[in-house]
Amino acid sequence: MPRRDSNETRYVPVIVRTYLRLFVAGFRRQSTYRLAALGGLVANTTFGLLKVALLFAAVRTSGGELAGYDVAMMSTYIWISQGMLGSVNLHGRTEIADRIRSGDVAVDFLRPLDVHLASVTTEVGRAVFALIPRGVPSVVIGALLVGMALPDDPWAYPLGAVSLLLGIVVSATTVYLVGVCGFWLLETRGVAILYMVVSGFLAGLFVPIAMFPDWLRVVATVTPFPSMMMYPVDVLSGRVDGAAAVGLVALQVLWLAVTVTAGQLATRAGRRRLEVQGG
Amino acid sequence: MGDLAGLTAPYRAVLGSRIRAQRSYRTSFLLDLSSSVLVGLVELAEVWVVFHAVTELGGLDLAAVVLVFGLADLAFSLADLAFGHCDTLPTYLRAGTLDVFYLRPQPLLLQLVTSDISLRRLARAAVGAVALGVGLAVNDVPWSVGSVALVVLSLVSGVATFAAMFVWAAGAQFYLVDGAEATNAFVYGGRYAATQPASVWGRPLVVVFGFFFPMAFTAYLPVVTLLGLPGPDWMPGWLGWCAPLAALWAWALALLTWRAGVRHYQGGGG
Repeated sequence: MPRRDSNETRYVPVIVRTYLRLFVAGFRRQSTYRLAALGGLVANTTFGLLKVALLFAAVRTSGGELAGYDVAMMSTYIWISQGMLGSVNLHGRTEIADRIRSGDVAVDFLRPLDVHLASVTTEVGRAVFALIPRGVPSVVIGALLVGMALPDDPWAYPLGAVSLLLGIVVSATTVYLVGVCGFWLLETRGVAILYMVVSGFLAGLFVPIAMFPDWLRVVATVTPFPSMMMYPVDVLSGRVDGAAAVGLVALQVLWLAVTVTAGQLATRAGRRRLEVQGG
Repeated sequence: MGDLAGLTAPYRAVLGSRIRAQRSYRTSFLLDLSSSVLVGLVELAEVWVVFHAVTELGGLDLAAVVLVFGLADLAFSLADLAFGHCDTLPTYLRAGTLDVFYLRPQPLLLQLVTSDISLRRLARAAVGAVALGVGLAVNDVPWSVGSVALVVLSLVSGVATFAAMFVWAAGAQFYLVDGAEATNAFVYGGRYAATQPASVWGRPLVVVFGFFFPMAFTAYLPVVTLLGLPGPDWMPGWLGWCAPLAALWAWALALLTWRAGVRHYQGGGG
């Protein structure tokens, strides 16, 4: 049926434009909270300096190298990971969880949009904006106060940018799964706290995963959490390069596929279960 | 006695209702309790991973750092239990609901503190208590009346110091509102700092977390004094005994900030 085909070709750009608008809306919404961004930067820098003190001492005690990190590489790890904190959701709180509890999600289901993808797109827009007031300044402050290593291979920058974006998206698609638990649980705070505790640790927020004992490293690797922070930091800092870096990015893509599929299935199942009180 | 009971009756009524409310959703409450235990365990694991990779850091070995962690974490979770919800002040400020507190004939800070209590934080305190017990058992503590007094004194002072941090943060939030995360840098960053060996800090951190916000006094310095370890250069061996002074200083800072904040507050416009 040629008519339907022509309809669909027109339909696709509209869809893309809609999600682009959602992305921009998320980006702009975040840009209005300037004081919040400044507060976040203060927190990032303070925690960063504490991590510098502890981890530098650890590297120096082991004779200048620990689990493949020297002081400069450790500094790069600390400041890039601190910079990503505003963009990667490691606290487990989401808007979708609130909308499910309050029943507002029923309105979302009426819109001609995929609830899952729209929610993730808005979240990614906010996260990408946060790189401007929190991400870049954290790295600059770290570089000025402490100094850091730069990657030798120029490919680390474009590949690192891709990995960073993938990390942000994987964090949004994973934390969405926490939110949709609300279809079954109503109160998701317990799950969100669980997510907060486990995600930060296994994403490599406090200690790089390379320093973990073997069994714990295996545990981390079979979760999506290192894809949110550790892998982007490894690629962007040039600690992992060449084929191994491409491998990490491929692993991120795999986790993206897994979490998106799970999100689609959970949203559909939850929609059938949803019950909203009142009229 | 009768007077005291009369005075505290309104606070006890509020707290009692909060406790009953939390226990009424059993599944959620149990999940909350187990999450809180896990929070404590993972925070211990963060310290353990570093000390697993190196045998000794800043003059502490794994046994000593477990003691530091236990002391700091137990003090923090007890303070968090009572004062932690001061963190919700920005929400009250934005919604204008703080004004309700002004209508009642009770001191504002006391009302805020007694407006809620999070029982799940007891589970978190249990992790700290176990770590403290293990820490005291595995270290070679020279037991005497003096050392018992030092442990008790530093625990009580530690709780007071962390409680002061929450009050300080609440006072600062009257000015910051949206920028409340800046205070997290010192409240939760302070908790993180308190579990570290302060001997690895550079001068700016010693100034901020050693003295201005006296986090080193909550656990690290008392442990160094207790075990007779070689401390950092800036520390005489008896400094661990000064934890109560640090708590007093923290409360002076907290109450001044709180007072300034309350005076700055103009109402929610309701």
